[in-house]
Amino acid sequence: MFEFILKISLIGISISILGLIYRVIKGPSVPDRVVALDAIGINLISMVAIVSILLNTHAFFEVILLIGILSFIGTVAFSKYLQKGVILERERDL
Amino acid sequence: MKSNDIILQTITKVTLFVIILFSIHLFFAGHYYPGGGFIGGLMTSGAIVLLLLAYDLKTVAKILPVDFKIVAAVGLLFAVGTGAGSLLFNVPFLTHAFGDMNIPLLGETSLHTATLFDLGVYLVVIGVTMTIIQTIGESE
Repeated sequence: MFEFILKISLIGISISILGLIYRVIKGPSVPDRVVALDAIGINLISMVAIVSILLNTHAFFEVILLIGILSFIGTVAFSKYLQKGVILERERDL
Repeated sequence: MKSNDIILQTITKVTLFVIILFSIHLFFAGHYYPGGGFIGGLMTSGAIVLLLLAYDLKTVAKILPVDFKIVAAVGLLFAVGTGAGSLLFNVPFLTHAFGDMNIPLLGETSLHTATLFDLGVYLVVIGVTMTIIQTIGESE
């Protein structure tokens, strides 16, 4: 019964990832795509968590934190590129 | 255009230490759990990249006055030195040794020379990644 509920939530997350992929492909502007990719990362985190419950292991818990950090850094880099045109500035004009 | 990154800079000041702590945990957990020098080094350079995103190349060079090419060289020296150290004890190259030691505060701890080799991998990964990113960021 518990496994059945977990599988149903996996299917739900997969459907939400499919909706986000639609937004990544169709999205009229670049910020739409960036936000959709960030949300795909969050969905992947919950997917890894549920799969590690299904497999009855705690070997993937580092992956959860890792995806969170990487998706944050990636989104920040993309937003900075969209706002300023450069990702790494040489010197800020204060 | 003048812009204000106060939210990003404040978040960076808090998150940076969490990421570095996580990378150190990954590095030391490598012997018994998933992790190790490679992913730990990548996570540390990820923290420095976040610092580079929030500030700029000059400020980060002032915060971390390290030449990352030298970091990579020191890491290679650690790896080769761990391998060559086994030759002193008349055993084949890269033979590792371990032992249980009583360390104050930590208690009975198993120490392994593979950690020193892993430290070499960690430093090489940080050095190479940061050299690539800084070189690309500085070019016009």
